[in-house]
Amino acid sequence: MALDEIKIGGMGASRRRVEDNRFIRGKGNYVDDIVLPAMLHMEILRSPMAHARIKSIDVSKAWEIPGVRLVLTGEMLAARNLAWMPTLSYDTQAVMAMDKVRFQGQEVAAVIADDPYIAKDACEAIRVEYEALPVIVNPMQAMAPGAALIRDDKENQTDNKVFDWEVGDRAGTDKAFAEADLISKIELHYPRSHPSPIETCGSIADFDRATGKLTVYMTTQAPHIIRAAVAMVAELPEHMIRIVSPDLGGGFGNKVPVYPGYVISILASILTERPVKWIEDKTGNLISTGFGRDVYLQGELAVRKDGKMLGVRMHTISDHGAFFADAQPSKFKIGLMHSAFACYDIPVAHLTATGTYTNKAPGGVAYRCSFRVTEAMFFQERMVQAAADDLGMDQAEFRRINFVKDDDFPHRTAYGFLTDSGQYGKCLDVGLEAIDYKNFLVQKEEAKKRGRLLGIGISTMTEPLGAGNSREYDILGIKMFDSAELRVHMSGKAILRTGAKSQGQGHETTWAQIVAHELGIPADDIVVEEGDTDTAPFGMGTYASRSTPVAGAAVAMVSRKIRAKARKIAAHLLEVSEEDVEWELGRFYVRSSPDRGVTIQDCAMAAYSNMPDGMEPGLENNAYYDPPNLTWPFACYISTVEVDPETGVWDVLKVVAVDDCGVRINPMIVEGQIMGGLTEAYAMASMQFITYDVEGNCVGSNYMDYLLPTAWETPGFELHEVVTPCPHHPIGAKGIGECATVGGPASFVNAVMDALRGTGVRNIDMPLLADRVYEAIQTGKDISGAPPIKTEE
Amino acid sequence: MYPPRFNYESPKSLAEAISLLTAGGGEAKVLAGGQSLVPMLKLRFASPEMLVDINNIPGLNYVRRDADGSIHIGALCRHEDLEKSEVIAEHQPTIAAAAPLVADPIVRTRGTFVGSVCHADPQGDWSATMIALDGHIVAQGPNGKRNIPARDFVTGPFQNALAFDEIAIEAVIPAPKGDVHGGYLKLERRVGDFATAAVAVAVETSGGKVIRAGIALTGVGGRTINANVAADSLVGSALTIESIARAGELAAAAAEPRSDHRGSASYKRHIVSTFLTRILNNISESTVKAA
Repeated sequence: MALDEIKIGGMGASRRRVEDNRFIRGKGNYVDDIVLPAMLHMEILRSPMAHARIKSIDVSKAWEIPGVRLVLTGEMLAARNLAWMPTLSYDTQAVMAMDKVRFQGQEVAAVIADDPYIAKDACEAIRVEYEALPVIVNPMQAMAPGAALIRDDKENQTDNKVFDWEVGDRAGTDKAFAEADLISKIELHYPRSHPSPIETCGSIADFDRATGKLTVYMTTQAPHIIRAAVAMVAELPEHMIRIVSPDLGGGFGNKVPVYPGYVISILASILTERPVKWIEDKTGNLISTGFGRDVYLQGELAVRKDGKMLGVRMHTISDHGAFFADAQPSKFKIGLMHSAFACYDIPVAHLTATGTYTNKAPGGVAYRCSFRVTEAMFFQERMVQAAADDLGMDQAEFRRINFVKDDDFPHRTAYGFLTDSGQYGKCLDVGLEAIDYKNFLVQKEEAKKRGRLLGIGISTMTEPLGAGNSREYDILGIKMFDSAELRVHMSGKAILRTGAKSQGQGHETTWAQIVAHELGIPADDIVVEEGDTDTAPFGMGTYASRSTPVAGAAVAMVSRKIRAKARKIAAHLLEVSEEDVEWELGRFYVRSSPDRGVTIQDCAMAAYSNMPDGMEPGLENNAYYDPPNLTWPFACYISTVEVDPETGVWDVLKVVAVDDCGVRINPMIVEGQIMGGLTEAYAMASMQFITYDVEGNCVGSNYMDYLLPTAWETPGFELHEVVTPCPHHPIGAKGIGECATVGGPASFVNAVMDALRGTGVRNIDMPLLADRVYEAIQTGKDISGAPPIKTEE
Repeated sequence: MYPPRFNYESPKSLAEAISLLTAGGGEAKVLAGGQSLVPMLKLRFASPEMLVDINNIPGLNYVRRDADGSIHIGALCRHEDLEKSEVIAEHQPTIAAAAPLVADPIVRTRGTFVGSVCHADPQGDWSATMIALDGHIVAQGPNGKRNIPARDFVTGPFQNALAFDEIAIEAVIPAPKGDVHGGYLKLERRVGDFATAAVAVAVETSGGKVIRAGIALTGVGGRTINANVAADSLVGSALTIESIARAGELAAAAAEPRSDHRGSASYKRHIVSTFLTRILNNISESTVKAA
């Protein structure tokens, strides 16, 4: 009698999140909760200027404040060869500014003191003399002739260009365009935003002079990468570095890079020989750490009269800030932008990308997405919408006729990715039925007669999640595999460790479910640990929706290794040959006599007390998993909206989400991910952005200016599912954490644009703030670029 | 975030509080709900030497309607108390309309009406309602009490008419002379955001005609704007499509908005006239229905 998988918390069980037991009781253990004996506190002084030469720094008044233990400036770091550090994208970044500051919020000095109040007081006592330089706040300014050179620290850098990069078939695409009936063009901007986890970045560096060991408790999504980076930057031996990432209050890509604050706290601990805690404040987080997006697109779609897509041309211009500190695989300079149009059957495509330096914060991180796929899919679905409108074709039908069909997999996309599974048409059908598409179109026309503006927007996409396979994906040369280590104790209880690092995804819950599914050990009997490089196996961390596709696969694989050994033990206990042993969930039995069996727990006990002759004792193993391909979930998001033409305010009427992420481990957690992602999608579309004024002042440096939607304005979401198992993943799962953030924004924007159809307005760049929508309606013109800080009157 | 050092006092009586303020010599600050003051301390925009916490002084937490019809709001009356008050729901539509729009639900449980008026933020909601209602603030100092009309109370951005040793102990909305109507509409980008623009309206009618009107504007100037010209244009006749449109134009003209990340000046003016028109149309419909 096999176990009831749902009852033991296996695959498909909406098991309650075990980590919530401590979170909801206020018993989480975040970096700022950790207090070490004799710990000092660090505060960073940041530049108020976006681009300025530092003429002098006077720290004498800071030293006079009682309780100040150390004041650090760039000069002091330079003396230790620590003024600059490598970024994850083969550039360099100033740990502290010396010659000049290159963005507002850049680290200029740091104070280490007995408490954080003293450190803050002392920071305010530091006098810095700046000489203003011309400020560059967008790529157009950056590339203008005679533009001030931001990276004058780099040899051979004569302009503000970071890279030119291309992918696809230029000649073939040109040919397709020449043969097209219609070429639909659109220019778009995906504005800069910030992942803004509730918990800011922070670290406690604890260097022990006696042992030579450095322990750093820090907010990182990728502890092992950080250990490698620290070994490089601080020139410490890797085995003498222990990175501990305790509970994280969200990450969303923000906690992937190495930030100056971490490095400074490490140096401060080495110099003071005491633990040094640095907890960034909210403004520091918003103005200096890894942002998302900030990409401009010139897009062209070549189509035939009957609606067939013939070719795509994309040119992106991206704004990387003062240092190229994007977190992405080495090979792809503009991330996975070329995953655009993967769900459509298009013969050819060509993408060119230009990256620029500006006087803005560095670090284009994958903000809840797989390396710029958010921009890719937004651009795709806005281009698709524009082309459908230009053709005068129904937006659902246009998508449907161009989808890759169910029996065309595996499918090589025009940009060269290999997609392997999906039921795109079915997902669209489920979505259209849920939103009552035909009826809504009728309602919309009737409302229009009464002066009301209703609109419907569709966004369909498949995206590459789970980087990666080691042939193509690496960060700083380290291949993007992942790992799991499982120890089954003699009582049949177990501890599982992985190289991933949960920031709220619920790994402690779902990893145990995979083990339960593979071994029949109840999920409650398995404890999951992550984040400590001294104990966890090497892994690349959690971002880009890669945990389930990669680390989750490793969990399944290590469980299977355990099961293989347990089978041998079972044969020994049952006194039959291994070939005669059958497995059902939680139990081995004799094929010819199913009543004779032993449980997995029996085998665990025997592994420590009664193993077969010659067998190595114990029941533990590890697995390193290098995925054969990315996973390709599909999503269809449909929104309906009403726009108030008198104010430009728009309300969401209904949102329908159809997600196909393959097999769902914990449906409740999957649904939570989708709802969270849709909330962020709505945020992007409606309000959440960071912009800069002409002087380079960050507008969005606190939660009054940087708008995150609350429960009040966030619409409700209706969720549906289609399941197409991933053909290469051991449990058939695909990534899901980021689908809705990626695919969602276009559904809202498309809906508002649909409502405005007939006004002459073809595009309003995000965010669709009421004043921008109103202005577009009034003028009948497109609204382009980030919202400027207007100077009228 | 870490505020600068300050002393904290928690007096148990008004007399004690006033003597602390007197001793503070202008460097002390009254703490009521703290929903503006505490963030300012944390951002180091404010650095008072002393905080005088009035939360432990008895007798300041009330909202009541007196026999004459005047409404009295004590210094410790929270926004949420007004949102849930039956007295307000029944008798004071302008306050009732604004209460659920103040900040967000969390702030409303702690922040106070009187504190918000004293804070004199040009984007605060309550100053506009007080001006529209022609209310006054009761200030108490070492020499006793005095009344300060709401229209004179705010003297500039974040500046009010209180002397350094005075505490605003109560806000008073005078007894109406006719049927009471009113409304408050606010455009904000998100709950808890400062107003892009907001309009407070208080109208009294008798026999179908407007006998008193007050209009004040939030977020469209360096201080709360008293759109008294627009309001006066309504007095003496019934609300009509024409008179409402005229008031909308006058109110938009009275606004002194600046273009910023919440919208252009012309957009904000447009919102003022649109919202005023919407409120007055509602009032007009309800008076027609009542008649």
